[in-house]
Amino acid sequence: MTTARAAAILLSKELRLEFRTRELLTTTIVFALIVIVLFSFAFNPTAEESRRYGPGLLWIAFLFAGSLMVNPSFAREQSNSTLDALRMAPISSFAILLGKMLANFIFLALSECILVPAFSVFYNVSLSGIVSRLILVLLLGTLGLVVTGTVFSAISAHARMRELLLPLLLLPILAPLLIAAVEATASLLTEQPALDRTWVSFLAGFDIVFLTASWLLCDYLIEE
Amino acid sequence: MKTRIALILAVAGLVIFAGYAALFIAPDEKTMHAIQRIFYFHVPSAISAFIAFFVVFIANTAYLVTRQSKWDWLGVAGAEVGVACCTVVLITGPIWARPVWGIWWTWDARLTSTFILWLLYVSYLILRGLLEDPQRRATLSAIFGIFAFLDVPLVYLSNRLWRTQHPQPVILGGENSGLAPGMGKVLLICWIAIVCVMIVLLIDRYCLERLRHEYEELRFEVESRAAAAESVKGAR
Repeated sequence: MTTARAAAILLSKELRLEFRTRELLTTTIVFALIVIVLFSFAFNPTAEESRRYGPGLLWIAFLFAGSLMVNPSFAREQSNSTLDALRMAPISSFAILLGKMLANFIFLALSECILVPAFSVFYNVSLSGIVSRLILVLLLGTLGLVVTGTVFSAISAHARMRELLLPLLLLPILAPLLIAAVEATASLLTEQPALDRTWVSFLAGFDIVFLTASWLLCDYLIEE
Repeated sequence: MKTRIALILAVAGLVIFAGYAALFIAPDEKTMHAIQRIFYFHVPSAISAFIAFFVVFIANTAYLVTRQSKWDWLGVAGAEVGVACCTVVLITGPIWARPVWGIWWTWDARLTSTFILWLLYVSYLILRGLLEDPQRRATLSAIFGIFAFLDVPLVYLSNRLWRTQHPQPVILGGENSGLAPGMGKVLLICWIAIVCVMIVLLIDRYCLERLRHEYEELRFEVESRAAAAESVKGAR
């Protein structure tokens, strides 16, 4: 079986599992909404201020929500030792990782589809005319987040206190992604929106570096 | 044992000489005066930290390729020594900055990157503490270590692109940079001294980890033999 086909099958399994309960999506969205509301107490949420703080707020909310959301993707496989079954299957270990990355990507992207319009309403930030460019930034940022997040959830699944450990491992690694995503988003929320090429290519570079590293290291990661 | 004591004494002597050179031989700086002398401690510690983290990366990669425990010991030794050196950098930096810049901390590219570097390797050590099985700990922490090392240039580049206004490298930063000749010599002595301290600590920590590993193996052996004896007794 090719890696792509195996990953697609595993992806459909993850999606089926999630859409039966929708636990992950509900908690992620509500958690991020709480962060967005709490930020309105920390900063003055007028339109002018939210142009300055908005991008940072949005990405901090995504980072926190994402670092919690990726946690179950490998931890869930532990309770019935289903990861052992996956390991025994005649598929490459990258397919296992890729299936989970794609699933996490879809979950986080769906959450963003609700959170970004909500943010635009609450903070009075107009998104008209920048939607397609904003989607590009969101896709690149989300990809980097879920690639590293899924790998680290496989690492932390074996550790004690894994729920606490995962954000600890993930958030410092994501510092460059946060800077690039915030700056790229900020350049779109100005009076004359323009896509900042430097930061968009930085985001793409981040994605490529860590996707390649995951591909190279996935055998070691999955076998443990 | 004797060589080890001799080595430690030699390094201690070197450190004392370096301290003397930094405090009394190095020329006085025109605007910063005495506080500038912390430089002879700050910069070598930063270089030692980078060397130690590079050792961690080499050890992590070598572990994944060869699967020999010795590389895992080197990895943890490097990370601990590197975090110690990095802590020295993060403490001496603000002590220097306060009188010179008027603030303890500024979110400049180098400072922020060093801080994130410190956080990354502290996370590495915490991760190791929370993984029980030795072989799993070695593999998973090696993967994290490689990811952390790949992140370092990205952290630096992003901070550099983001906040470009602050202190350019003083020594190799192009025009109008550079050190007075006397300063350069003292810096070199201090650099050698601190790197030697780092290496001695690294070797020591490596030996400690090896002993720990041997102890664990022996304990496992004793316990399994005791259990076997117990079961034989039970059968009789």
